Amino acid sequence: MNILDLSGDKRRLRRDARMQAALRTAALVSVVISALILFVLVRGAIDFLTKIDLGQLVDSGWYPRRDRFGLSTIFVGSVIVGGIAMLVAVPFGLGTAVYLAEYAPSRVRSVVKPIIEILAGIPSVVVGYFALRFIAPEVVGRLFDPTQPRNMLVAGIGIGILVVPIMAAVSEDALRAVPSSLREASYGVGGRRSTTVIRIVLPAAVSGIVAATIIAASRAIGETMVATMAGGLDGSGPFSANPLEPGLTMTAAMTNAAGGSDQVQAGAPFLVLFFTGLLLFTVTMGLNIVGDRFVRRVREKY
Amino acid sequence: MALVGESARIVTREEVTRSITGSKRHIGGMLFVIGTVVALMGTLVVLFALIAQLVTQAWPVITDRGVGFLTDGLSSRPSTIGVWPGLYGSFAIGIIVLIVAIPLGVAAAVYLEEYAPPTKVTRFIVINIRNLAGVPAVIYGVLGLTIFVGWLKPVTSGRTILAAGLAVAVLVLPIVIITSTEAIRAVPGGLREAGYGIGATKWEVVRDHVLPYAAPGILTGIVLSLARALGEAAPLILVGAITGLLPETSLNGPFTALPMLVYSWSGRPSAGTEVDWANVAAAAGLTLVVLVLLFNAAAIVMRNHFERKRNGL
Repeated sequence: MNILDLSGDKRRLRRDARMQAALRTAALVSVVISALILFVLVRGAIDFLTKIDLGQLVDSGWYPRRDRFGLSTIFVGSVIVGGIAMLVAVPFGLGTAVYLAEYAPSRVRSVVKPIIEILAGIPSVVVGYFALRFIAPEVVGRLFDPTQPRNMLVAGIGIGILVVPIMAAVSEDALRAVPSSLREASYGVGGRRSTTVIRIVLPAAVSGIVAATIIAASRAIGETMVATMAGGLDGSGPFSANPLEPGLTMTAAMTNAAGGSDQVQAGAPFLVLFFTGLLLFTVTMGLNIVGDRFVRRVREKY
Repeated sequence: MALVGESARIVTREEVTRSITGSKRHIGGMLFVIGTVVALMGTLVVLFALIAQLVTQAWPVITDRGVGFLTDGLSSRPSTIGVWPGLYGSFAIGIIVLIVAIPLGVAAAVYLEEYAPPTKVTRFIVINIRNLAGVPAVIYGVLGLTIFVGWLKPVTSGRTILAAGLAVAVLVLPIVIITSTEAIRAVPGGLREAGYGIGATKWEVVRDHVLPYAAPGILTGIVLSLARALGEAAPLILVGAITGLLPETSLNGPFTALPMLVYSWSGRPSAGTEVDWANVAAAAGLTLVVLVLLFNAAAIVMRNHFERKRNGL
């Protein structure tokens, strides 16, 4: 018996190599997808830009069929709707996270956590329905008396509800990552529970909370269905920075550009889909990368 | 001595207690705790209101139509409309996701956890997958519209369920990879080493030891991604799902899906009938929520079941 008898059977080794190649190909598919996303968006955006006069991008108002693509309209729309969403999601999500991580008895936690997870699983169209049929008439309509039942405030609140669970989950992880020795040290010098949470735990978890906020903001900007259903405009409208007026987000502009499905797929009103997509992709990707950096900082620290 | 002079002062027990524990009431701290409880309650109330709204609005449809609502086709009147084409479409999309995204995602996860050398390329792939998971759904719709509806028209015949299913499959692929990676990472190293110790090749170790051990975690991830796939509407709008009338359900013709019906019906103006668009929209939404929750519950039950079984071994 020599060393060669101990080395593997050739067929098995070949098979191992084949499987490794196949699995590597599968992993590379994700890179191909990213490349395709970028290629499709950039190519379409360039097509769009060559079809229009750049001055049309600084027009006021968004009227694709009349060749007016005022970028400020959809950009400000996205910022207002996203901002309102964050005004809802940050206090509710962070408050929920602090309660669950620092105060809740384990029995309460074991009941509440799955309920929050249910909220996280509710599809965005259903939240869109809720925004349209409940938030618009019963909440915003009663409190503010807007000119239109569907407006940016309604869309923003709806999206806020949608991102509360993400905000809560990521912040709770950040709070739990704070070592208990820090809390015990605070108790040891006579710190109250609330003092400990406010002065010790929250500052220690601040990068994670910032990360949660950024990730939630990215989701809020990218959320499509609620903005389309409750924003109040069907694909075109004037510039508005008033949350009580109808508005168009980048995402809603996209669904509407593609929505009239039988139109000629070469004109600027259709190609603007890619340009807006590239804009949205850049904004959300930027937020995700910054948010990711903060998440990693939490991991490195503790 | 000064020390004696000070300690000579009579100190009451209350004074000592107070200086250690602080005053009993601490308004700021109490308000803070109350604030967190209010936030939690607010979140729960919103969820409750949402479910209540769905159920009360859907109630006339449930009592009036019952199962007929699930088996009837589309119609121009809310009183006779049903969600069958939507269920059919969503089911078909789920199958396509199962066939395309799951094998691809699990294979990628196996490669990244078991084979990939710790190089810059591997790190790039991992970061890239994480970024893909954060790309808005509507962008996957643009991708689907260009590639699956446009470039691959000979295969998908255009705006069909196949194109939509592929777009959604690409959308959930990063989620499948991430959850599977986590499941595979949780496999104890000793299991692999035992396999190598008796001369197994890497693939044999993966096939016979790593994957079976990680299966419950992977399965949970699969069910969760299916739940996600079921609820997505944005890519379907871009790929061109139909919201009006649909003569028949087929794999290579016009299609719709459950979330598309909720989207379309929610915005329609009142038809003035007893069972109105708002009611059928709520009923379709409730159907969707129940399906998604069933999937999520199945994932949780499965996880618990396998965990108990494993601990029992």
